[in-house]
Amino acid sequence: MSSGATQRAIDAVWRIESARLIAGLAGLVRDVGVAEDLAQDALVAALEQWPESGVPDKPGAWLMAVGKRRAIDWLRHRNMRDGKHAELSYELEARQEAGALDIEAAADDPVGDDLLRLIFTACHPVLSTDARVALTLRLLGGLTTEEIARSFLVPVSTVAQRIVRAKRTLSEAKVRYEVPRGVALHARLSSVLEVIYLIFNEGYSASAGEDWIRPALCEEALRLARILAELTPAEAEVHGLVALLEIQASRLRARTGPAGEPILLQDQNRARWDYVLIGRGLGALARAEKLGGEPGPYGLQAAIAACHARARTMEETDWLRIVALYDALAEITSSPVVELNRAVAVAMAFGPAAGLELVDALRDAPQLQNYHLVPSVRGDLLARLGRGAEARIEFERAAALTENARERALLLARAAAT
Amino acid sequence: MRFMVMVRATASTEAGELPSEALLRAMTQFNEELVKAGVMLAGEGLQPSSKGARIRFSGAKRTVIDGPFTETKELIAGFWLWQVKSLDEAIEWVKRCPNPMDGESEIEIRQVYETDDFGEEFTPELREREQRIAEQIAANARR
Repeated sequence: MSSGATQRAIDAVWRIESARLIAGLAGLVRDVGVAEDLAQDALVAALEQWPESGVPDKPGAWLMAVGKRRAIDWLRHRNMRDGKHAELSYELEARQEAGALDIEAAADDPVGDDLLRLIFTACHPVLSTDARVALTLRLLGGLTTEEIARSFLVPVSTVAQRIVRAKRTLSEAKVRYEVPRGVALHARLSSVLEVIYLIFNEGYSASAGEDWIRPALCEEALRLARILAELTPAEAEVHGLVALLEIQASRLRARTGPAGEPILLQDQNRARWDYVLIGRGLGALARAEKLGGEPGPYGLQAAIAACHARARTMEETDWLRIVALYDALAEITSSPVVELNRAVAVAMAFGPAAGLELVDALRDAPQLQNYHLVPSVRGDLLARLGRGAEARIEFERAAALTENARERALLLARAAAT
Repeated sequence: MRFMVMVRATASTEAGELPSEALLRAMTQFNEELVKAGVMLAGEGLQPSSKGARIRFSGAKRTVIDGPFTETKELIAGFWLWQVKSLDEAIEWVKRCPNPMDGESEIEIRQVYETDDFGEEFTPELREREQRIAEQIAANARR
């Protein structure tokens, strides 16, 4: 193998193995920062040796073996530094026992449990959202600092600092390196789902004409969500999130026009929807629903997305079902944005006058004051009611509120056409 | 990025011979790894070409040719659709696949076209895109 090919093979191995490697080492040293350093040491060893010896048959095991040796060294030094002269093997045994107590029925998947612990730690609520996102992309996504910076359009130094501070916060807060159990699991899980959804939306909001790495964020978020679903198969909301992401991702190719202009759902060419992803999304939704229980916000949003995905045209969409789903969603989220979406669905199911009534009731909501979609929706409903002059004013108001140049152009064009 | 990964047919797959239990187990395990890694999008085995057909296009003429087809080397016996970050990652995963056949076999990897791939020719547009991104980063840094 040429050295270029070996380098690329090492990159690919790192992409596949790094999260598990860090997770396994963190299980030993109980500190994600140290675990990442040890994993990097193993990578350096691979970069030094594999060009000569070739990529091993089981590269993951090779890296873990090197990492474990370094971990034992680290533990030994740490024990000596702390004046603990107990037998190192006793120490390791005690740690493994402590670890075993955390693992209830997962004796057949110790790797999976390590990965789960890493996920929950990277998304710990003691960290700011920015920190959680950066740490997740770094430790679980294997993204470089530069890649993370480009994804979020911030300077590299900002991301580097965020990651350093996040690791420090985790160790200063003495965050226990474990998978939460019982009631705590649900609360902590929603923190994880929030991070994944945030990453997805950052990528989703990028238009097709921008840097490739931002749409690649959608792929990364999808991958993380799928991995999580396999690790927590009994959690309906995780499958709900997977379903939502698969279905939203299915529309990526239809969402922007040739000049990068946004195309609304009602105007999208559905032949450009990705039906492989839609199939997967509907499958994930079925898994969520089969688990029973009250549907959560992701499950409900996924069910709404599924209604659109199943319809061949806007007119064939099951709007009554969508209204019912928004009713349920509004009950558990009390979000004015959800109420706005519900108003749009009501207008489709019961006519624009009914929808307008709901939108008017929302106009004073403080969170919606600068939200361009309120006048945009209002304009659309007024236009459908034949109230053109009022509609035009609303579209112009919406255009003034939006920060997105292409969206502004779209709204001004609608105003002119009304 | 997406890749189609194709297992080339052999005389035995064309004869409709089913894989051994050991191979089925190993393949199931491999497929599970792909699913657990969030990489697997789709995967199917294909029945022998004797159950298939070809249609030849020549101008306005359409000719249907029934299987089986003799050039086994040009046939595929199964495929996957994977989502990975690079061709190298796809190659690394294929290396981990158990031997799909008794004896020699081949797996081919092909990248799927994404919409963006169709519009990358205009260098001025790419330059403008880089410029916009740089401006955005600078603006974000000032916030």
